[in-house]
Amino acid sequence: MNKLLIKGGRVIDPASQIDGLFDIYCVDGKIVEVNPQSTIRNPQSDNVIDAAGLIVCPGFIDMHTHLREPGYEYKETIKTGTMAAAAGGFTSIACMANTNPVNDNASVTRYILKKAMEEGIINVLPIGAISKGLKGETLSEMGELKDSGCVAISDDGRPVMSSGLMRLAMEYAKQFNLLIISHCEDTSLAGDGVMNEGFVSTKLGLRGIPNAAEDIMTARDIALTGLTKGRLHIAHISTRGSVELVRDVKQSGLLNISAEVTPHHFTLTDEAVIGYNTNAKMNPPLRTREDIDSIKSGLKDGTIDVIATDHAPQTVEEKDVEFDKAANGIIGLETALPLCLRLVSDNVLTLSELIAKLSVNPAKLFGLGNKGTLKVGADADIAIIDLNKEWVVDAKDLKSKSRNTPFDGWKMKGKAVKTIVAGKIVYER
Amino acid sequence: MRLKRKDILTIEDLARDEIELILSTAQSFKEVSEREIKKVPTLRGRTIINLFYEASTRTRTSFEIAAKRMSADAINISVSTSSVVKGETLKDTAKNLEAMNPDCIVLRHPSSGTAEILARLVKCSVINAGDGSHEHPSQALLDLLTVRERFEKIEGLKIAIIGDISHSRVARSNIHGFTKLGAEVMVAGPPTMMPFGIEKTGCRVFYKIEDAIKDADVIMVLRIQLERQKTGLPPNESIGGLFPTVREYSRLFGLDSVKLENAKKDVVILHPGPINRGVEISSDVADGPYSLILGQVKNGVAVRMALFYLLLGGSRE
Repeated sequence: MNKLLIKGGRVIDPASQIDGLFDIYCVDGKIVEVNPQSTIRNPQSDNVIDAAGLIVCPGFIDMHTHLREPGYEYKETIKTGTMAAAAGGFTSIACMANTNPVNDNASVTRYILKKAMEEGIINVLPIGAISKGLKGETLSEMGELKDSGCVAISDDGRPVMSSGLMRLAMEYAKQFNLLIISHCEDTSLAGDGVMNEGFVSTKLGLRGIPNAAEDIMTARDIALTGLTKGRLHIAHISTRGSVELVRDVKQSGLLNISAEVTPHHFTLTDEAVIGYNTNAKMNPPLRTREDIDSIKSGLKDGTIDVIATDHAPQTVEEKDVEFDKAANGIIGLETALPLCLRLVSDNVLTLSELIAKLSVNPAKLFGLGNKGTLKVGADADIAIIDLNKEWVVDAKDLKSKSRNTPFDGWKMKGKAVKTIVAGKIVYER
Repeated sequence: MRLKRKDILTIEDLARDEIELILSTAQSFKEVSEREIKKVPTLRGRTIINLFYEASTRTRTSFEIAAKRMSADAINISVSTSSVVKGETLKDTAKNLEAMNPDCIVLRHPSSGTAEILARLVKCSVINAGDGSHEHPSQALLDLLTVRERFEKIEGLKIAIIGDISHSRVARSNIHGFTKLGAEVMVAGPPTMMPFGIEKTGCRVFYKIEDAIKDADVIMVLRIQLERQKTGLPPNESIGGLFPTVREYSRLFGLDSVKLENAKKDVVILHPGPINRGVEISSDVADGPYSLILGQVKNGVAVRMALFYLLLGGSRE
């Protein structure tokens, strides 16, 4: 029997509305007891973690990562990606379908799950493609994708431009209760833009992507959700307009819509691009202070349900080039937690609200009843956090295979010090 | 005298006194080009590489002549004859050129920001000879010199810049340059060619060319850059769809003698070249008495001599 006792920590479990000093006892990968300190007697465990002064919470679930395997193992592998995730306090990560081959059929899904079983150190949740080959033309075999283990479907990175196809996808996915994750971007408006369209792009002479490129597709997908009564999740929301659209529809209470934001979209503005920093190039692009303020209010009032990283590893060779030519995206698994904790110190969220957006909320959207909570009977996926741990990001020391972070050299506060998956410690520092 | 900087990347980050130093130095170099022996030994033994990733006649020739009149060794590399066509990255090209110990690299590149990126990669000086839609500092400096020669000042003048402001590095550099020296800048063009928030750089925006040129002392007509006007709009539309037809653009914004009737009598006209005759400017205006276009070209050599001198020559401080 595999046993683990976590003693004396401040346990925060938003799902069961617990916030206090508890001991947690795990047996064979499940949580079997959550009790006030020292009431767990005779745990018969050699494995005791003293969590005094630390936060004990459900392990984080990242709804949005790019693990790059199969096909782009030079950027990241399931092994290195899950190691990076564990170092950030994540115990489950969902990986997008834009691998090579695309995860649009059961054989790719099974390959990812098999690799995750063999080499991954945390749970990997594949996301299947909406359309075959991410081409936006014909539906993927969602039924088989779901049966083989996909938790959602998305053409992330390739917006579904055809409203007709998106409608079909939403309708078709309903029979499997599959969540559709939409990368909202009107590519005819985004054009060949490389950053946010605004005064900074004007000064730098870089082609811009206007907020409207996102707002229009958010509005379209909301309309299609109304038409189909499907389940829509808006990926990496970046604009004030999108936040307001989602807020309005949520207040009506009629549709099944959720939204996520990345840490970089509530931390950095388009001014990070100044100096032509290719590690500030991503899609959607970094926006303005006004958008950040709106996103924060959306986090606070519940418009935005989830914080997800959009961890997108790219090699130095793909970033160390002219700005126009540089690949989009940044890695985010290892820097997410301290950036999120700034929301707590800035009084945007309580610690419990923040943890909910990183654990139980994504678990519910994926329909994972045994994850995202520390209730008795749940999977023993746990993060132990030192809120006061100060550290400096050194891109060279990150577990990810790639180094593309705009936060290199940043002083951070807060760190996962132990990450536990199925009752086993997979990361500790 | 020498500039206390390694590179010339933008007008935006030049201080007013630096711009004035460059202009007065350029003024003093103009005389060299009038001599029978058009050469001074100032930069003998210095190596200057012209690295051009974009087609250019005027600018490349101007930099080359400027280097040679200063007795520097000038080497021209254009993309079609270099390793770039073999897929070499900018970084590798930069490091390889640097290994040959040049004193200065003059870079023209279609992507904004590339001069700044190159300057971070190499120890030698970098002069930006135009990066994407960002800046073209030597062009603005020669425009400033040309205007200052004519009016004996910049302060208080009204400068109208007409055309595609969005895609123009010449416009960006000139807005910074003329504003820094105390002129008032007005820009005019169709709204599809006005970048977001351009008024925050300190210029006034007009959609009617007549309003912009009415009180102008200087009219700068920009080239319609057909090759840059790519957008997400459907292909095969005229000029990327930023305006319906060349005919309509020419009718609304083309500078001709009729539109000039309402301008000041002593107005002067600049154009960075090459000219699309009959599109943004009519032939009679381009070749007419108001035009300083060839004077700009002449001053281009002097300004580039000054830039080389102030970056590479003189006593090191």
